[in-house]
Parts: sequence; structure tokens; C-alpha cells
Amino acid sequence: MPLPGAKRWLLLGIALAVLVSCFSAQFNRYYLGVAVDVGIAIILATSLNLINGHTGQFSLGHAGFMAVGGYFSAWISLKIGPVDHASWYFPLSLLAGGLVASLVGLMVGVPSLRLKGDYLAIVTLGFGEIIRVVVQNTEAVGAASGLKDIPKYTTLGWAFGLAVVTVYVISSLVNSTYGRGFIAVHDDEIAAESNGIDTTRTKVTAFVTGAFFAGIAGGLYAHHKQFLSPTGFDWVKSIDIVVMVILGGMGRTAGVIAAAVLLTLMPEFLRDFAEYRMIIYALLIILLMLLRPAGLFSIPLKRRPTT
Amino acid sequence: MSAPLLDLQQATIKFGGLTAVSELTTSIGEGELVGLIGPNGAGKTTAFNMITGVYQPTSGHIRFAGKCTRGIKPSKLAALGIARTFQNIRLFGSLSVLDNIRVAARLHNKHGYTSALWRGKSWKSAEAETEKHALELLEIFDLAKDRDEMAKSLPYGDQRRLEIVRALATRPKLLLLDEPAAGMNPSEKDDLMKLIRFIKERYNLAVLLVEHDMKVVMGICERIAVLEYGRMIAEGTPKEIQRHPKVIEAYLGAAAVVS
Amino acid sequence: MHFLQQAINGLGLGAIYALIALGYTMVYGVLRFINFAHSDVLMLGAFTGLYAAPRIGKLCGPESVTGAILVFIVAAAVCAAIGMTIERLAYRPLRNRPKLTVLITAIGVSLLIEFTGQNEKFFGSAPQAFPKLLPEKSMQMGSLLVSSNDVLTIAVTIILLIAMWFIVQKTRMGTAMRAVSFNQQAAALMGVPVDRVISFTFGLGSALAAIAGILYSMKAPSIEPLMGVQPGLRAFVAAVLGGIGNLPGAVLGGVLLGLLETFAGGNEYLSTYRDAIAFGILILILLFKPAGLLGRATIEKV
Repeated sequence: MPLPGAKRWLLLGIALAVLVSCFSAQFNRYYLGVAVDVGIAIILATSLNLINGHTGQFSLGHAGFMAVGGYFSAWISLKIGPVDHASWYFPLSLLAGGLVASLVGLMVGVPSLRLKGDYLAIVTLGFGEIIRVVVQNTEAVGAASGLKDIPKYTTLGWAFGLAVVTVYVISSLVNSTYGRGFIAVHDDEIAAESNGIDTTRTKVTAFVTGAFFAGIAGGLYAHHKQFLSPTGFDWVKSIDIVVMVILGGMGRTAGVIAAAVLLTLMPEFLRDFAEYRMIIYALLIILLMLLRPAGLFSIPLKRRPTT
Repeated sequence: MSAPLLDLQQATIKFGGLTAVSELTTSIGEGELVGLIGPNGAGKTTAFNMITGVYQPTSGHIRFAGKCTRGIKPSKLAALGIARTFQNIRLFGSLSVLDNIRVAARLHNKHGYTSALWRGKSWKSAEAETEKHALELLEIFDLAKDRDEMAKSLPYGDQRRLEIVRALATRPKLLLLDEPAAGMNPSEKDDLMKLIRFIKERYNLAVLLVEHDMKVVMGICERIAVLEYGRMIAEGTPKEIQRHPKVIEAYLGAAAVVS
Repeated sequence: MHFLQQAINGLGLGAIYALIALGYTMVYGVLRFINFAHSDVLMLGAFTGLYAAPRIGKLCGPESVTGAILVFIVAAAVCAAIGMTIERLAYRPLRNRPKLTVLITAIGVSLLIEFTGQNEKFFGSAPQAFPKLLPEKSMQMGSLLVSSNDVLTIAVTIILLIAMWFIVQKTRMGTAMRAVSFNQQAAALMGVPVDRVISFTFGLGSALAAIAGILYSMKAPSIEPLMGVQPGLRAFVAAVLGGIGNLPGAVLGGVLLGLLETFAGGNEYLSTYRDAIAFGILILILLFKPAGLLGRATIEKV
């Protein structure tokens, strides 16, 4: 059954975002930053969820699309210089980043999505790394030393609002007759093809959509941290996002959002154990796979609602 | 005599050195119920895969509704009116029973990506229509009560039936059934035979049936084609096939022909 | 003669890649799974060598041949044990789960080893110098300058390859390995102890990786916990290039990649894109000839 009143939730979420941004000056700078991180993580996880979770294509190069979007929108911001009305300019810059990222997603997706499982994972990993290396060698965006002094246009309002938009888009897509096609491709490609679903087109569509939002997340990130470095978008970052999707239950949007929040906040809680943070993280991945590969937030398979 | 719905002319498929199907020539007219039988490995499922576009014939022609099917993807052929079920049931396991039908009906649903996002009035009514038709189909085949169950949690016989109903949701002109009676007990097989006859009448389909159970095949097929090692060795009515020496030899060995 | 010089260097590098690639390909052959943690076993081998060498040096005298051989053996044994333990604890429980689950577990294991290694309580992230196992000489052969390390590497690799060939073709365990790689179920039904075969495969591959790790460290300026990532990646590409699952393919791929990289490294423009070249080759093979140079493509049954 199509998501009832989805548009209503969207408008509510955007209204809330606007409200929050009005008061954001009151919040603690630090916590504000973390909240923005959470918003960005939600966008990344939800967008990857469409590709990995719903459509079942194992992409390990999501960080590459984030890099493309981030660098492109940051580059435009720096080229244009200080802007009077950032609230008009910023969404356009983000959109541009998203579109370029989706274009790259198209270029990567079309050849790669013929492959399955392990092979697809490696090819997407490879593409992600190639993007990183290309950025690392491009003087125009700072090469290895990175891109500095990016203006701080990202506010909690933008991060939160765009997270809401992303969740709305992905959920609405999937919760429609059209969108059930994604899950059908995930379940059985051959059966899907035989029942009139163009599997290649479906996979590429998921890929390009996911890349678009990763690009937007990248743009938000760039104008938040105000500094971009190619090493921040390597395969480890891609794994970070993949872990969020798996932890959340590969396809369960609510679970993936929860996982994104949890994993972004976790380093904050583990402040005291900073030394062991990465070791704990690696152990978490292993234990998760061994004990609960369906994710922390998955409902037992017996009954699953139509949406 | 009207042009056949499905027409195979010398359709051959080779995998490396192995010729799986060799110069298959036969045709199926609208509304006909044809059986395809043969010992294991005779190439029956491979023939299905050729007809549905999963494999491309190495030589020969296949025409559906007058159109040559070479190079057309299975999803496009489904849109043209060829539907199938599989030897090993291939349902969309994580989707509900209702969604399995809905997603097959997607073929005839004009609303795509942008509509799903905008969620306007016409999209809403189209979605409601799709759901209504899906439920109707499920009702007819006594699966409506399970509409929200996950497809893979259904009992075996229901899963087989669901797969057939899903194929019907694509509004085919030709339905290919690959061993639909596999794993069924005699009373289930009787129900299956009734089901196939019912479908054929009600939806005016042509049906091509691959099946090992002779009672089923002889019971409902108007015509039968027999494959052995990829070649067609006989074609005719059930009575003719039962007495055909080549067929008896293929199944029971040369010695049996004598008796 | 510049070309021949580079060829020899390339062979030396390729030999190391071949040794590591064999490990990847053997495990893929038996389990249809890419062991992401393999590159870290290489690193563990190097560090075992780091700790073992001074102690063995006290026994056998510095820079002695017996000492060097002992270091290799100790590292190989330790890493074989580690490899088998990883398989037993992290991969075997997931034998019947979807491939993606094991893949991610392997990534987790790899990250675990790397991060633990980087922790100050273990190896620490700072590079450390690798002790000299054997005297290093540069030998003049005509106009070519050949390092004794390269000669050693190539010699050791050839010996190991012959040993591998013998094991896989002529021993019962080797036959069992081949049986399992063709059809695990059938092999089990025929009485092949599949679990033991898989353990053995991991042990063997890890031992090779350890030896490769020490050979690599002898040429490298220093070692550190992330040292396995780059060679491991290249060796993986080599295994895919040769046809993953195919043993001679791994060797062929390793040598080819070693040569390609050495020649490219000499070229000024290409050297900055070194990483991308390996990935580029990987992507090209997977897109155009996923079975690799010597591999066989598998057809999915509909």
C-alpha cells in the first residue's frame, strides 16, 4: 500500500527544519556540529540503502560519489566567492554537486551493473578509489593537500531538511508499484526480467539516484567542515556507510536511519576509549556479521507489512 | 489458417561444443494448449529460455505474434505477451503475496519514477486500480486471504499457484509453464489440471506446458511435442504420441518398442 | 639495456605478487570467496620476521643462511596458524550464509588486524626498520645491476611454486583441494574432509603470504601495520587478471603486473597514478573478461 500521507510528512519535516534553523544560534556549537554530521550520515545511509538494501546491488564505492558532489559544489563556491544570499545560492550549489555525482554514477553504473556479488563490490570499490586518486592529482581542487576555506553554508536546518527530503524520496519511490520493482530485482533478477521489469534499467536508476543524494551529502559536508581532503573519501569511508546500511537491516529505511544516527554518535560516546575506537568498530562489524547479519533493527521474517 | 502466435523455425542453440536444442520447428496458435515432453536433459527448459529471450538462438528463427524475437530482452518480450513460470519456483520472496502480483502488473502501469515522487491524483487512482485488479486475481485463485503474507512463507502448492497468478498479471497471450506439477500429490495435480484449463478458457491464452507427469500432459494437452537430446522426435495428439515408436524408445528403450 | 634492467626488477616485484596472489586464488578456488584479510597476513609475517630475526640471529649468527631460512619457516608457521584460526573463527560459521556476509566479515577482520597493529600496545603505527637477514650485494652482470635480494626473491618463488605444483598435483591433499574447488558438495559426498581441506588451504596461502611479506620487507625501507594494503591489492588484481581460482593464472598475473608496474613506475607521468592503474586494470578485466586470462567463465543455470 502506498505510504499514506507521505507528502504531509515531507512538508512537516521541512517546516521543522526551518524552525530549527531559526533557533540554531542558541545551540551549543559542538552539539550543532554533531547534529549536522548525523543529518549527513542519514542522507548517505538512506541513499546507499536504495542501492544495496532495496535493490540488492553491493556497491562499495559510495564515498566516491560523495567526493564528487562535495568537491564540485565546494569548487563552485570558491570560484564564485562570498555570496550575499547564501540561502538562495547554497541549494543550487548542492544540486549541481548532486547532478554531477549522479552523472558519474551513470558512468560507473552502466558498465558495472552487469556484474554480480563479489565482482560488483570490487568494481565499485575500484571506481571509488579511482575517483579518489583523480581528485588527489587534480591541482584545481587542492590535490593531496586538500581544499580549504570553504564557506560555511551548511546549517542544521539544511542538513535536517535535506535528510527529510532524502528519506521522503527514497521511501516514496520504494513504496509504490513502480518502486516494488527495485525489491523484485533484489529478490530474483531472472524472475523480475521475465515479468516485464527491465533489470538493468532498474539497477542503474537505483545507482544514479543513490549517487545523486551522496553528492548532496558531499556538498553539505564540504560546507560544514570547510575543508576537504581526498583521504576522507577512501574505501574505509565507503565501508562506514555500508556498515550503517547493514546494521540497519539492509532495506529497512527506519532501521538504516537509526543505524546512521547510532554510528555517528558512537565515537562521541567512546571518547574515552579513543585509542580503541577503531578496534571496537572492526570487532563490531565482525560480531554483527556473525551474530545478527540481518541487522540490529530487523523484524523477524514471519510477518512483514506491505509497505 | 491464421498465423501462429508462436513460430519456431529451425531454432538451434549451442553452448560451446554442446548443442542443447537442435533445429526445433513447431508452432503454437492462439488459445492452443501444447505440451512439451521428453526425458531429462532433452532441452525443454532451454527451449523455454530461448522463447522467453533468456538465451539467444545460435541459428534459426523465433517469431511471436509475427515479430522476430531475436535480440529482444525478456522484459520486452513479457510486455509483448509472453509469460512464464520456472522449474524451481522463483517468487519475490521478500515481497508480500499482493506485491508479487502488483509488481508484475507494473508492466501495464503507466506511472513511473516521477509519478511515484509527486504522488498526484492520477497516480493515486492508478495505484488503487492496480491494487484492485491484483486483489481480484488473488480472489479468483483463492490466495486473497494471504495477501499480506511474505511470499516465501506460503506452502509449496500455494507458491506454485502464486507464480502462475503472477504470470497472469502481466496479461500474456502465451503462458509457458515449466513443470508446474513438480512435487504435487495426485489431488493437487487434479486441481492443477482444472486450473490450467480454467486459465486457458477465461483469459484466452495459448499455453505451452513442460511436464513430466504423463497423466497431466495427456489429460489436458491438445497437442504434444517430444524432445530427445535437443531434437524433436515426434509431434501430434496425445493418442498419437502414446503409440509413437520413437517416443516409446526414448522413454523406455528400444526393447520396449517391440512390445 | 635499460629495458632488461627494468625487466629484472619487474620480475622481482612480480614474484612477490605471485606468491600473494596464490593465496587469494587458492582460497577463492575452494570457497568462492575473496579473503580481504589476506594482505594483513603478509604484514603479520613481516612483523613475525621482525621479532624472530634478532633471536634467531643470536642462535645462528648474524646474516647467516640457516638463520634466514629459520626466520622464513617461523614466520610461515606462525602465519599459517593465524590464517587457519581466522578461518575457523570468522569464516567457517558463515559457510552457508550469503556471500556478502562473509565478504564484510573479511573486511572487518582486515580492519581489526590493521587497527590493532596500529595501536601503541602492539606494533605501533610508526614505521620500523626491518633487520638484515642476509648480506645484500649488487652484482654486475654485463651492463645490468642485479640486487641479490631480487635473485633471492625469484629463486625462493620458483622453489615455492615447484613445491605448490607438487602439492596440488601429486598429493592427496592437493587432489582433495582440487575436488573441493570443483564441487564442494560432491567432494563431501565422496568422503573428502572438506573442513580440513579448507583449513589446509588457508594455512598454505597464509604461509606463502608470510614468506612474501618477508621478501617484500627485505627490499622495503621499513615496515608498518598498513604495509600489506598496497601489495595485497596489487596481488589481488594479479589474481583476477590471471583468472581467479586458477593457480598458474595467479603466477602469470603476478609476473605481468610486476612488469607493468615497474615499466609504468619508470614513466614520470604514470607514477602518480600508480594506484589508479592497478584499479583500472581490475575494472577493465572484470568488465571485459571477468574470467581473467586463464580462467573459465561460469554460466548461471536458469
